[in-house]
Amino acid sequence: MTATATAANTATANADAATGTIVIEREMSHPPQKVWRALTQGPLMEEWLMANDFEPVVGHRFTFRMPAMQGWNGVTDCEVLVVEPPERLAYTWNSSGEEAATGLKTVVTWTLTPTDKGVLVRMEQSGFRPDQAKNLHGAKYGWQRFVENMERVVARLD
Amino acid sequence: MQAAPDDLFKALSDPTRRALFERLVREGERTVRALTDEAGVSQPMVSKHLGVLKGAGLVRDRAEGRCVHYRADPKALKPLVHWMTHYAAFWADRFDRLENLLDRMDQ
Repeated sequence: MTATATAANTATANADAATGTIVIEREMSHPPQKVWRALTQGPLMEEWLMANDFEPVVGHRFTFRMPAMQGWNGVTDCEVLVVEPPERLAYTWNSSGEEAATGLKTVVTWTLTPTDKGVLVRMEQSGFRPDQAKNLHGAKYGWQRFVENMERVVARLD
Repeated sequence: MQAAPDDLFKALSDPTRRALFERLVREGERTVRALTDEAGVSQPMVSKHLGVLKGAGLVRDRAEGRCVHYRADPKALKPLVHWMTHYAAFWADRFDRLENLLDRMDQ
């Protein structure tokens, strides 16, 4: 079963439950090296993704953090799997703390492909399984609220 | 029949049941005997697991002579699709923020 949604811009988001994979692709008018910096420099990552202690070193363990909310401690446990500048970056994306044993165990892979216009940015998150969703009902609502807050913040930036 | 999400998650929390379900998704319809050959557990256990999967709406069965055939019903995965769609919305939002940051960054 798949669900496809086209976001406000031109990004295509595709969630496929049969393979447990989410894919989002968008062409951006920027050089690959610049996008790579935004994907791999901690302070820049915090500006668009989340607070983190990321280092572009294979085997480095780090966390993404946001404020805890009901049903979710706000922490994502990660380990760097692939660093191939400026083309491919991958890290695990797992539930943390009490949710670690039964929660999310996924891998996020970024692929940058140069185009005439700039670069095609592709994000694939794989490893979603139905049994992981069991403990994430709270998180689901957390995400929803979080995305709404984010939209307000982004609107103020323009 | 729409099973409650909790039944669905409970049914798939067992590794043997998950393997049975994933195999049916991958390979299509199979008999209990064919499933038993690779499951690593006895036929009564396989039948029991299939019963739980059926109760959660994840598989359907069909009797043909003395054989019972099972197939996966992917519609039961709807709660998972719903959950993943929220994650996809999160990433779409992050892509907007990434592009916004790139517009503000120096070369």
